[in-house]
Amino acid sequence: MTRTVILLLGLGLLGGCSDSWNNPYPGSPSDVNVLYSAFGERPKHLDPARSYSENEAEFTGQIYEPPLQYHFLKRPYTLVPLTAEAVPKPRYFDAAGRPLADDAPAAQIARSVYEIRIRPGIRYQPHPAFARDATGRYRYHALDAETVADKRQIADFEHSGTRELIAADYVYQIKRLAHPGLSSPIFGLMAEHIVGLKALGETLQQAARARPAGKLDLNDFPLEGAEVVDRYTYRIHVKGKYPQFIYWLAMPFFAPVPWEAEVFYAQPGMADRNLTLDWQPVGTGPYYLAENDPNRRMVLRKNPYFHGETYPSDGSDEDRAAGLLADAGKRLPFLDAVVFSLEKETIPYWSKFLQGYYDSSGISSDSFDQAVQFSGGGDPQLTDSMRDKGIQLVTTALPSLWYVGFNMLDPVVGGLGEDRRKLRQALSIAFDYDEFISIFLNGRGIPAQGPIPPGLFGYVEGVAGLNPYVYEARDGRVVRQPIETARRLLAEAGYPNGRSARTGKPLVLYFDTMASGPDAKSRLDWMKKQLDKLNVQLVVRGTDYNRFQDKMRKGNAQLFEWGWNADYPDPENFFFLLYGPHKKVASGGENAANYDNPEFNRLFERMKDMDNGPARQQVIDAMLEIVRRDAPWIFAYYPKSFGLRHGWVMAAKPNPMAKNTLKYRRIDPRLRESRRAEWNHPVLWPIGLLALALVALIAPAAIAWRRHERKTA
Amino acid sequence: MFAYILRRLLYAIPILIGVNLLTFALFFVVNTPDDMARLQLGVKHVTPEAIERWKAEHGYDKPLLVNAEAEGAAQFTDTIFFKHSAAMFAFEFGKGDDGRDIANEIQTRMGPSLAIALPVFVIGLMVNITFALLMVFFRATYLDLWGVVLCVVLMSISGLFYIIAGQYFIAKLWNLLPISGFAGGIDGLRFILLPVLVSVVAGLGSGARWYRTIFLEEIGKDYVRTARAKGLSEVRVLFRHVLKNGMIPILTGAVVVLPLLFMGSLITESFFGIPGLGSYTIDAIQAQDFAVVRAMVFLGSFLYIVGLILTDISYSWVDPRVRLQ
Repeated sequence: MTRTVILLLGLGLLGGCSDSWNNPYPGSPSDVNVLYSAFGERPKHLDPARSYSENEAEFTGQIYEPPLQYHFLKRPYTLVPLTAEAVPKPRYFDAAGRPLADDAPAAQIARSVYEIRIRPGIRYQPHPAFARDATGRYRYHALDAETVADKRQIADFEHSGTRELIAADYVYQIKRLAHPGLSSPIFGLMAEHIVGLKALGETLQQAARARPAGKLDLNDFPLEGAEVVDRYTYRIHVKGKYPQFIYWLAMPFFAPVPWEAEVFYAQPGMADRNLTLDWQPVGTGPYYLAENDPNRRMVLRKNPYFHGETYPSDGSDEDRAAGLLADAGKRLPFLDAVVFSLEKETIPYWSKFLQGYYDSSGISSDSFDQAVQFSGGGDPQLTDSMRDKGIQLVTTALPSLWYVGFNMLDPVVGGLGEDRRKLRQALSIAFDYDEFISIFLNGRGIPAQGPIPPGLFGYVEGVAGLNPYVYEARDGRVVRQPIETARRLLAEAGYPNGRSARTGKPLVLYFDTMASGPDAKSRLDWMKKQLDKLNVQLVVRGTDYNRFQDKMRKGNAQLFEWGWNADYPDPENFFFLLYGPHKKVASGGENAANYDNPEFNRLFERMKDMDNGPARQQVIDAMLEIVRRDAPWIFAYYPKSFGLRHGWVMAAKPNPMAKNTLKYRRIDPRLRESRRAEWNHPVLWPIGLLALALVALIAPAAIAWRRHERKTA
Repeated sequence: MFAYILRRLLYAIPILIGVNLLTFALFFVVNTPDDMARLQLGVKHVTPEAIERWKAEHGYDKPLLVNAEAEGAAQFTDTIFFKHSAAMFAFEFGKGDDGRDIANEIQTRMGPSLAIALPVFVIGLMVNITFALLMVFFRATYLDLWGVVLCVVLMSISGLFYIIAGQYFIAKLWNLLPISGFAGGIDGLRFILLPVLVSVVAGLGSGARWYRTIFLEEIGKDYVRTARAKGLSEVRVLFRHVLKNGMIPILTGAVVVLPLLFMGSLITESFFGIPGLGSYTIDAIQAQDFAVVRAMVFLGSFLYIVGLILTDISYSWVDPRVRLQ
């Protein structure tokens, strides 16, 4: 009897909470305008001076507003104003401070000045740092540890306030990049470009050493390269000409931070409760972080003070045909909230997506065949089961590149000699990345023809953009050159049939990798197989992350695999990985292959300062020809992203460069509610079956026990 | 008894120092402070200056164990080991590399870990003992035989299989419970049921078989024969006498793990999305967050020592012949 009551009580608890017993959002009705998503790894930093990871940008991109943003629909990627009134055009000055023309040669330009005027009336999210009492004094700027002791989250503070965004907030944040306590990942890079930032970093470091217990007030430290002109205008002074700087102005590193927030979080007891700017951001964006439990879930809510941006109305004909302009001119954001739940494993994530509890999902290798099939023409299509659920497939090429690098300092594969060049070209042909994409990526990649991925200026699609040293045009298609070509090149390099013509010894190459585990083993076996085609041996040297990085720094690797995600959509951001002065061994730079071709370096220095146009394309083509011929990398593939979304999620165009796209998302919560109810009826017969099975197990035991007891008696 | 406990606690201090030193040595054999900085700062645009700044900010800019440049006691106190270890004996764990307060994290995550581990422990113990006693009751019959076969089968299956099967059938196919997640209060019940059920079933084979062995050893002893000779029923013999006398080996295994329940279960927490301490430790190892790894190892060692003391105390409680001196 008691057991029955407990069972009924338990079932009542499950059933009483909602219609679906398996609903992972207790107390949240499904017909509300809330998007449900997940994060696999908890963010490390949400401070815009520190955060640099993709998973962190998912939050910071919605909360913080730099002056510029990427147009949601336009391709190639185009910068448009966000809080700024216009995209700033740099003014150039020579060493004597005289203004120069817009087309002045880069060598003459000593300083570029970006003047940014922000729109008046933009306000911060509600936050206790801004709360004032009746006399106008800040309520929470002089708290003691005892008062803070019972605060666990921002919502625990009774009062909140807001204030208008001003130019000084942007200047304040630029200074924060130099703060020694923040270790901003871009400080080193920006110190090379922003006038006086390096000196500010040194001054702040000395000040921090002089008073270790005290907090640094950045308002006391001027920065030559960032000045407030008036309430809504500020200027940034950049050394020389650095056209790519404009892209940095679309990243959270250059978003405003109010000084009140820093004063608020610097109070005693705050950090012990994880109440820091690194975990509780304060921005002007469409959403604010209302709930921050990175161990379980994070919730973004609509910022009530958001400045009222509208959905873009200028898109292409394809965008219009795809329904992407249906919301043109409507006020953003559409969603009231976004709930991110921590989901480390792919199986529960996928199952919840199919149950309708996540609105969109990526596709893991395990579930790929269940979700996607390829048509005869090689186009990805949804399987019938996905289509029956009304799920849609969204694919996009990412502005990223994977490559196998040759260490150009290595005596066997490195150097610019003709024989080494031919060896690398032969290996580039042998590594059949078309096959790799098919086997290991389920078609989620595009064979790379050079360092510039699709979507960026300089990328040329189809036969016109093929790498002639690895591919050839056949019937209007791009096909890999036959392995015989690779064998010929190998022989010309001095290794006929994979053996040294000089010593007769077999050619043995070494591949350093951090990859491990069963999945990695099959990939590494595939790599060995590729070189078997040339009778060349490949020895895989597995290592951990630290040792791998160490080998790269010291130039001890021979072949290695590496990748790069674009910081900004400019070819400079990929070509600089091959720029000689950035060699990893010599300078600790990002040129991991230690490639150094003077002609390429000269063209790079020219190209980086040019505006996009035919002249720049011409220089890029020349650079591509050099790196394709020298082959310091085997250009492997540009990854493609495959995503799924339910039918209740309105059309949205993937924009891998923009991180603030949640404001454009719209859902139909009523459709979601009905689908969830339809898909998640509890199946009760297994409970009955289990009860019967238990009876079937217990009954013979009970009978035997009674018999045993009688016998004893 | 008080003197005994005090003495045992004092013995714990050198053990904890040793554990701390070992953790420190193992960690820094694999990682250098430079490696830690690189991992935290990311792979893009990391300059040597940025690494030095990170190390200074996190207190990793000093020598590891001995500071040759310092004088007197500072040679040993002005080092990474001392700076990062001394405070732990006052349970001040400091901050992780992500800036979050470790004590706060432990406090927050302990609840979810316990919410799973405690019911699994209690229900698992009850189910295992009951099943073992039933097998002993029906010893040498086909029920005992099939019980043992079932135990061996259950033992032979990987723990991961139970999790995946449980999630697939109960949560995905039959829609009876959420597949993963966690919530506080009464809402949390629906999230706890599945991991508890899966963990109890996964532990049934080995647990029941182990207890069956203990009880079978007891049941052949003289006092059992005497009890039967007195005319007691077999159920009373088993539950009153055999169970009580079998408690010492049971306690050895059970009480010692009691404090470790706080540390959580890695796989279960990861698959069911439980924000507990098990996943915290593994995340820290993967992120090379020495501060968290060191704190969790210290806490684990401390709790293990507490568990051993509790075991000794429980011996004297269940067996009056045992005296703690």
